[in-house]
Amino acid sequence: MSYKIKFKGPESLSGKEFTYCPGCHHGIVHRLVAEVIDELGIREKTLMVAPVGCSVFAYEFFDVDGTVAPHGRAPAVATGMKRAMPENVVFTYQGDGDLAAIGTAEIIHAANRGEKITTIFINNAIYGMTGGQMAPTTLLGMKTTTSPYGRSAENEGYPLHMAEMLSNLPGVAFLARTKVNKPQDVLKTKKLIKKAFLAQIQGKGFGMVEVLSTCPTNWGIPPVEANKWLEENLVPEFPLGVYVDKVGDEK
Amino acid sequence: MAEKVMVKGTEAIGEAAIRAGCRLYFGYPITPQSELTEYMSRRMPQVDGVFLQAESEVAAVNMLYGAASTGHRVMTSTSSPGYSLMQEGVSYIAGAELPVVFVNVVRGGPGLGDIQPAQSDYFQATKGGGHGDYRLVVYGPESLQEAVELTEKAFDVADKYRNPALILADGMLGQMMEPVEFPDFRDLSTLPDHSSWAMQGAKGREPHKITSFDINEHVLEQMNLRYQEKYKKIIENEQMWEEYKTEDANVIIVAYGTMGRIAKTIVNMAREKGVKAGLFRPITLWPYPYEALAKLADQAKLFFTVEMSMGQMVEDVRLAVNGKKPVEFYGRTGGVVPTPNEVLAKLMELI
Repeated sequence: MSYKIKFKGPESLSGKEFTYCPGCHHGIVHRLVAEVIDELGIREKTLMVAPVGCSVFAYEFFDVDGTVAPHGRAPAVATGMKRAMPENVVFTYQGDGDLAAIGTAEIIHAANRGEKITTIFINNAIYGMTGGQMAPTTLLGMKTTTSPYGRSAENEGYPLHMAEMLSNLPGVAFLARTKVNKPQDVLKTKKLIKKAFLAQIQGKGFGMVEVLSTCPTNWGIPPVEANKWLEENLVPEFPLGVYVDKVGDEK
Repeated sequence: MAEKVMVKGTEAIGEAAIRAGCRLYFGYPITPQSELTEYMSRRMPQVDGVFLQAESEVAAVNMLYGAASTGHRVMTSTSSPGYSLMQEGVSYIAGAELPVVFVNVVRGGPGLGDIQPAQSDYFQATKGGGHGDYRLVVYGPESLQEAVELTEKAFDVADKYRNPALILADGMLGQMMEPVEFPDFRDLSTLPDHSSWAMQGAKGREPHKITSFDINEHVLEQMNLRYQEKYKKIIENEQMWEEYKTEDANVIIVAYGTMGRIAKTIVNMAREKGVKAGLFRPITLWPYPYEALAKLADQAKLFFTVEMSMGQMVEDVRLAVNGKKPVEFYGRTGGVVPTPNEVLAKLMELI
């Protein structure tokens, strides 16, 4: 009896086992990015910049050339790479602590320059790796280890909306906010990620996909509940949708 | 070699970098080195290079990190407060073993300080500044001609050891004009091939991973030990210094950069007064030429360190002399450049 392989992992993943917590969405998003790289046939010219934070090892999970930027500086590192190697495809993978706190300046200016890079932005409203501290994206009233009485607008300000902020910049060619807590969202997100890469490949400018994600470990709830919590709490605060699309319909 | 041309210090360094094969520059304006950034903005497009004004020194140093990781010759320049901002990236670049060239045109500090020449970044340049056990090759030129030659050398040494190098100039060198003879343009095809480690796309090979970290302390220790082996080779091979009238000297003035240049005048003035003075001028501030300086301890009765700081390199002089002879110090700071007369007066008090 002979078998034919009908389904296998993407070539752009190294096959190294993910080190993420159960129920975390990093694994899903990694896979989607890898599938997109495979489908676009760009694995051999893709350069990736991993962040500081939970996904610091992302450079090992992808079977492409990769480095790790200092905390928040991935867009600047990616800028240097892309300017040196304009024919290559460069992407950053960043969390909310990385992109929306310490690296706010770098992401705004890279986007505003219309830097031809792609950013995958994971927003789980909390700091993961350091153990559940407040992020700029933490919801009002949400308890974290550094907002133990719940985030208050008076003391810590409001959740920062990166997609909305960046969507005002003319250098942005594709920008969407999405989620992957349901199968249909996973399929939709893959299409959005592909467009964010196409924005770069077509030379149109900066592309970013913000993915609302779970952190069951630091939220302190089981994975299934975390998916529900995301739907009921994160989605109302961070509206889903395509904010900028200069790529047009995919052929 | 072409004929001599009259240029400004910052522009001389910029042109030397381009001739050495630097084709990517990322920087941020800050006095007294802004003309270097401006020069690169004019020249880079003329040589099919990349000039990008970053939003901050923090971004500039990280753009440098990214571009260097692709195997190209890259440079940034700044002045003291800007170099402080870059320290995060300097540490990462040293850890990732990327060959980049930094230029710090030092001004008075600490803090915002002023915009006049100083040498008070010596500790930061030679002893760290960023976190972790790392070293940069640090050059302290005394003239624009030397700055041009050391800039070219800095790129070659950075490439040879996969280690960042730093041109530590000061505001005087940055702002002065002098005739300079530039080297020829380097043929880019003769530059070292970095395809064995650089990030250029994993076509037909295993992916290249460039990082400055390992979460396993034992692996990280091994990485650090490897760095130290490299630093040992640099110490063995790359020390540079100049001695001026030291053959019969029993008073050794130690100074570097602009102060080293002024010290030559002081040596001549002292000799007119019958003092057998000589100058030891370190050119590499790391690796510091300890042994060469220590050799002079046999003949000298006094070492006299002069700096445009409150006393930073003097600690290395004391390490070299190791208590064998007295080491005295004179310095001005805050951007004040000592005059030969005031240094000579101090010297005459000491002997």
